[in-house]
Amino acid sequence: MSTVFIAFQTNEETRPIIESILEDNPHAVLDEQPAMVKINAEGSLVIRRASIEERIGRDFDLQELQVNLITLSGNLDEDDDQLTLAWKN
Amino acid sequence: MQIDLRTVAIKPLRQTFDHLVERFGDKPASRYQEGSYNIQQESIFHYRPAWDADRVLFDKKRTQIRMKDWYALKDPRQFYYGAYTIARARQQEAAESSFDMIEERGLAELLPVELKQLALDILLPMRHVAWGGNMGNAYISAYGYGTVITQPCLYHAMDHLGVAQYLTRIGLVLDGPEALATAKEAWMSGPDWQPMRRHVENLLVLEDWFEIFVAQNLVLEGLLNPMLYDHLDADFSAKGGTAISMMTRFMAEWSTETAKWIDAQIKAAAAESPENRDVLSAWVRQYRAATLEALAPIAGRAFGEHADETLAELRAEFNNRCNKLGLSV
Amino acid sequence: MDMKANKKKLGLKEKYAHMTRGLGWETTYQPMDKVFPQATFEGIKIHDWEKWEDPFRLTMDAYWKYQAEKERKLYAVLDAFAQNNGHLGITDARYLNAVKLFLTGISPLEYVAHRGFAAAGRNFPGVGPRVACLMQSIDEIRHAQTQIHALSNYNKFYEGFHAGATHQIERVWYLSVPKSFFDDAFSAGPFEWMIAIGFSFEYVLTNLLFVPFMSGAAYNGDMATVTFGFSAQSDEARHMTLGLECIKFMLEQDPDNLPIVQKWIDKWAWRGIRVLTLVGMMMDYMLPKRVMSWKEAWEIYFEQNGGALFNDLAKYGIKVPECITQCTVDKEHISHQAWATFYQYAHASAFHTWLPNDEEMDWLSAKYPNTFDKYYRPRFTQWREMADRGERFYNNTLPMLCQVCQIPMVFTEPDDPTKICYRESEYQGEKYHTCSDGCQRIFDDEPEKYIQAWLPVHQIFQGNCWPEGTDPTVEGFDPLLKVLEWYHLENGKDNMDYEGSGDQANFAAWRGMATQNT
Repeated sequence: MSTVFIAFQTNEETRPIIESILEDNPHAVLDEQPAMVKINAEGSLVIRRASIEERIGRDFDLQELQVNLITLSGNLDEDDDQLTLAWKN
Repeated sequence: MQIDLRTVAIKPLRQTFDHLVERFGDKPASRYQEGSYNIQQESIFHYRPAWDADRVLFDKKRTQIRMKDWYALKDPRQFYYGAYTIARARQQEAAESSFDMIEERGLAELLPVELKQLALDILLPMRHVAWGGNMGNAYISAYGYGTVITQPCLYHAMDHLGVAQYLTRIGLVLDGPEALATAKEAWMSGPDWQPMRRHVENLLVLEDWFEIFVAQNLVLEGLLNPMLYDHLDADFSAKGGTAISMMTRFMAEWSTETAKWIDAQIKAAAAESPENRDVLSAWVRQYRAATLEALAPIAGRAFGEHADETLAELRAEFNNRCNKLGLSV
Repeated sequence: MDMKANKKKLGLKEKYAHMTRGLGWETTYQPMDKVFPQATFEGIKIHDWEKWEDPFRLTMDAYWKYQAEKERKLYAVLDAFAQNNGHLGITDARYLNAVKLFLTGISPLEYVAHRGFAAAGRNFPGVGPRVACLMQSIDEIRHAQTQIHALSNYNKFYEGFHAGATHQIERVWYLSVPKSFFDDAFSAGPFEWMIAIGFSFEYVLTNLLFVPFMSGAAYNGDMATVTFGFSAQSDEARHMTLGLECIKFMLEQDPDNLPIVQKWIDKWAWRGIRVLTLVGMMMDYMLPKRVMSWKEAWEIYFEQNGGALFNDLAKYGIKVPECITQCTVDKEHISHQAWATFYQYAHASAFHTWLPNDEEMDWLSAKYPNTFDKYYRPRFTQWREMADRGERFYNNTLPMLCQVCQIPMVFTEPDDPTKICYRESEYQGEKYHTCSDGCQRIFDDEPEKYIQAWLPVHQIFQGNCWPEGTDPTVEGFDPLLKVLEWYHLENGKDNMDYEGSGDQANFAAWRGMATQNT
């Protein structure tokens, strides 16, 4: 199995996003670096719109992730409700 | 220990980069200047392009137009990426609230049926015209010479994509995805649209990038945009189609703004030499005839019995504009 | 009326398809191969552009909105940085030499990427990839400009930035390494460009370039660089998915594409890794506060992450590039060999060099237990002793350059780190030299291309690297000084040792003003 990851800038806007990801992906591992938070996960990682909205109390468009995104790895699939990163092997 | 760095007054060693000092003197340079002037490499290249083996990667000889200094073609809007996106973000916010209001209040359903049909018939196939504009400007951005002109052409290409997408949304708001299919069919085989499609396709095979600039940005847009966003828009407003005008406001503003930029390019290139002026004027004459021929059946559908009169007016306004730029058309 | 029923909300994918794919058409008044003249000459076969899967689905309105938000944030930080003398907050002015290398070596590549993606965004017959390429094109000019804007403030106070982002990349010897990489890609066709830049550079290597550079900046208090770096990276995520989608698309379209794609992957992985030597050197030697070693970064971002990627591509028949065996050996050597080279040629470089101090050498020993003490510490120690005796070592003979990667011949044989590696090929009766099996293979595959290389050392010998109007016959003519003048490299200010430099003196004085009342 291969590792996928996603990294965000560390700031107020990404805190609830990171919390949501960690809760929705119990297998994910947090890696905090200077000014950057990286989340590693075996196989796949899913980011759910509903979980983020729950935390921020407003509508959230998953494309807003782009503002604070630093890097990612894995095949990406995005629709209105979730964004998935996965290696298919 | 906390250092209060702000309290230190240091005299800078220099204000800006060498090439800007040479051009403008040693004074603070604007972000537009720093981000645009001389950032394209000039003459030393390692390999001949596989796709154009007689020239180098960035080559002044991809057009008939000659300039002593290609950086004379500056953008009066001084758009570097940040200034450009921030300007467009403001406009898109206004456009978004118009679309929201129209959708929330169902304003499209209140439009007179014949106006709605007219908008669908004229505006939707224009998505493809805009897409042709995207391709021409992407070409200039890739193969033109000097960032002050290649940069805004990419912004213009992205704007064309944006315009095509707003036109698509108009179709989705007024009708639905079927309207897009109908418009595509008209574009591909409807008799009114064939002259325009032929013209747009002819522009897609031009190789001289400045010729594309003239044919597409000056002539085609110079005649088409006022037709759609002044004349037709006035008709919509007058006949109870304000909702349509709200949805084309972005394009109306954009066309006025970009025309000023286009004018500045033509004016500078024409002022450079009589040779340039002659080439530019000849292009204008050639593409004006072709554009007017392509517009005729569309104007017929849009303006009915007033079509000839409208086209004559557009032509006169356009000629006037070209004369002011120093061309003889 | 069933108008309302019509208006069911379209999903993201469906809506995006209308907003992009629907715009294109099969031309009939002009033949498609005239409208898209670059679509077939590379031998890649595409049967159905509609099978393209869009990686990110951003319409222009969303693009403007989010990008403007990023720009507002970025420029707010840059303004604050300039207003508050943020440059005095870095660990040490020595650090800025890494940033000089970035401005002169990387920012101009961003610009070429912008032009190259504009070309790709015009040349693919498929609408989906064209839109994605155009978005990358406009992102890349963003990167070039935000980098210039961020570093403009350093230029006001420090040496070595004043030539800007472009003048030197066309001229200076070591900058022909990154330049020739991008020239090579842009002068190829659109499909090879996508493998070279979209896949190899953006997907496989960008993390190795940006993440260590930006973490290095964060560790060393350089908020200007961190800000543009991370802001640029948010676009990179889109670019990476484009590169990956592109390679999968090519492989899925026709089995005949596999050998071509494999050849390009092999070539561009090696080309890219050679360029990254400069990054390795920066990480191991140029940061006052170091983040991780080059070897560690290589292991995380290439071996682990790249491994996952190549496992994923294995189902198409793609093999891990052959050069990886050599890279596994090289990762323990190249940064030391590169820094040693710059130390010897510090008089001809547009940034300062220095020898690692004891603490730094111990760090290098710990990070490179197999190689540093055995091969490199003795050399640096010897040079330090020479410098202490007032005999600072400068190499005054111009080095031979590799015909492909254009790095001086300083790398060693994979099985013998004491022996310089040379390879020789013959083409049309002339001999050409390369630095490695990887570069030789690339040369031998397209000799007609690589013999065109503008090799800086050859050009200096031919007298092509002096300012216009230079008369080499005048008495006391110093060819090297004239070359430096042509480089816009101010001798005695921009080059040579950091110790004793104007940057060092100014930084100390300005920091002193900030911390004392005198």
